[in-house]
Amino acid sequence: MWEYSEKVREYFFNPRNSGPLEEANGVGDVGSIQCGDALRLMLKVNPDTEVIEEARFQTFGCGSAIASSSALTEIVKGMTLDEALKVSNQNIADYLDGLPPEKMHCSVMGREALHAAIANYRGETQTDAHEEGALVCKCFAVDALLIEDVVRANNLNTVEEVTFYTKAGGGCASCHEGIEEILAKVKGERSGPGEVSPPMKPIAPRAAPKLTLVERIRRIEAVLASVRPMLVRDHGDVELVEVQGRNIYVHLKGSCAGCMMEAATLGGIQQKMIESLGELVQVLPASYMPAETSC
Amino acid sequence: MNPIYLDNNATTRVDPEVVAAMLPFFTEHFGNPSSIHAFGSQVGKALKEARQKMQALLGAEHDTEIIFTSCGTESDTTAILSALRAQPEKNTIITTVVEHPAILSLCDWLEKEGYIVHRLRVDRKGRLDLDEYRSLLVNNVALVTVMWANNETGTIFPVETMAEMAAAKGIMFHTDAVQAVGKLPIDLKATKIDMLSLSGHKLHAPKGIGVLYLRRGCRFRPLLRGGHQERGRRAGTENAPSIVALGKAAELAIEHMHHENTEVRRLRDRLEQGILSQVTHAFITGDTASRLPNTSNIAFEYVEGESILLLLNKQGIAASSGSACTSGSLEPSHVMRAMGIPYTAAHGTIRFSLSRYTTEEEIDRVIAAVPPIIAQLRELSPYWNENGPVENPERAFAPAYA
Repeated sequence: MWEYSEKVREYFFNPRNSGPLEEANGVGDVGSIQCGDALRLMLKVNPDTEVIEEARFQTFGCGSAIASSSALTEIVKGMTLDEALKVSNQNIADYLDGLPPEKMHCSVMGREALHAAIANYRGETQTDAHEEGALVCKCFAVDALLIEDVVRANNLNTVEEVTFYTKAGGGCASCHEGIEEILAKVKGERSGPGEVSPPMKPIAPRAAPKLTLVERIRRIEAVLASVRPMLVRDHGDVELVEVQGRNIYVHLKGSCAGCMMEAATLGGIQQKMIESLGELVQVLPASYMPAETSC
Repeated sequence: MNPIYLDNNATTRVDPEVVAAMLPFFTEHFGNPSSIHAFGSQVGKALKEARQKMQALLGAEHDTEIIFTSCGTESDTTAILSALRAQPEKNTIITTVVEHPAILSLCDWLEKEGYIVHRLRVDRKGRLDLDEYRSLLVNNVALVTVMWANNETGTIFPVETMAEMAAAKGIMFHTDAVQAVGKLPIDLKATKIDMLSLSGHKLHAPKGIGVLYLRRGCRFRPLLRGGHQERGRRAGTENAPSIVALGKAAELAIEHMHHENTEVRRLRDRLEQGILSQVTHAFITGDTASRLPNTSNIAFEYVEGESILLLLNKQGIAASSGSACTSGSLEPSHVMRAMGIPYTAAHGTIRFSLSRYTTEEEIDRVIAAVPPIIAQLRELSPYWNENGPVENPERAFAPAYA
């Protein structure tokens, strides 16, 4: 059985705000019976203040789906619609003291229902076609469709690259076979009928013209700038500390610091550095820098 | 309140007599049966007795047809890979869509490796079409592997007939009988079954012990090489305590076979009638005319299985579900989908599996507990109005996006 927090169990066994809400003026229906999760969120919004005065839910689903729905109604009650729109699925999960990775989609469904209910109140139509594939990486809750999209959009070829872009495969490694299958599938689509897939890139970089120190630093900074958006998305950042020969020392900041994905992140940056600089380099955390040897 | 365990198709409690039988093999009889000295030979003798007891339970002609393995999955894997390696000129496997993952996952992988896999479909009651089966029995088929009884619904397949049909075409036949052994009388010497898998922990022996029955004369290639144990067919030092335990469990299974097919069946039927007479929009899945005596799988429409299990668990009742959420996948049980059970019901299937320890008092407690739980969850469900499903549920609740 799943390891549910006490709070999830409490909200499942004694759900708050369940049942129909007759005077609702914003209703959001999400999920589907095929997936085994369906949620109707009903809001009573004060038209003058746009404050959510009452929120109720009806849910067909597992323990965490019911708990997430119930938590959502508790969170949004008393909020204005603009405040409610800022509620993320992580807020819902945090409210419940966390959800198992396989169950994070329950909180996503809650946020979607909220957006749908607000859109319904405002007379807007929802066009979001959120799709979810089978869960591939259980450590970081990454599904097959996301991996496929990212592989296609970024022309990825290896499991390491997929890990760097999506985190998938960066934990226990048991999903590497699954990721390889997705890569093979997309690769098959890329080459198309009759075409031969391009030869593998040689691993050793071709001899590149020797760079000046300034050029090297510029390229190193450019690589860091290119990965920064991805790190920032996960509330992290990276900063160049020192370059000593083949060793590039960086400082991982924010949530990147101490993250269990640190090695994968550095590995991914290193791969890009090697490609950009045309030489074999090592990207290391600043803490690995040898103690000052100055005279 | 004492907990009630109705998940015996998942695993069973080890019988106290079985525990007593195996314990000396951790202490005074610790020897390696391969050794020449007295420590070893005592153990060797105990293994021989265990093998004979298992032979009796399966109705095998020779005790050497019993190969002890580590689990049902190992037995299944050994059987399938052996059939392919022993007959390299053949490239096809016939199985069913409702097999256990031990068979299905391996077949999926073999398909990627280039083998051809035919998966027999089932009808709404989970039954196979023997005409379709007959039409697939051609020269290049290396093996037919069909479960004796389905783990989720208890539906029994006519494996004896199917084995005859395969044998007539010179095709090997394997059956995953993990759920059937100990619950149904089996007499392998009167059948054409070549290989059979079973697992100890489904019949009140410990986990980590299984058997592959291998008919004398059936071509075989071992999965594990590296020793003469099990006549070279499964290398690795024998798990002596567990083999002794499984022998004892086999002996007890023979003793209780009548009870299993009378009293356990009566309690199962009582449970089903008791629940279905109180809960509307619920039905039994599988082939009620041909089922294991201990298994009941009930679909409760418009509610989700994991929620039911959590509420049952709160009252100390253990069962299992075919819902997507209990497995972490997005699809409900492959068995329910294969039978064409609608999604509105497939997510709400609950399997109750009884054992010889189940009492009438326990069954009556479950009959009292289930209806309020279903009512409570239906009250929360957007697919349900006060007394019944909303009209045209799939359309009444049609989310803007899924």
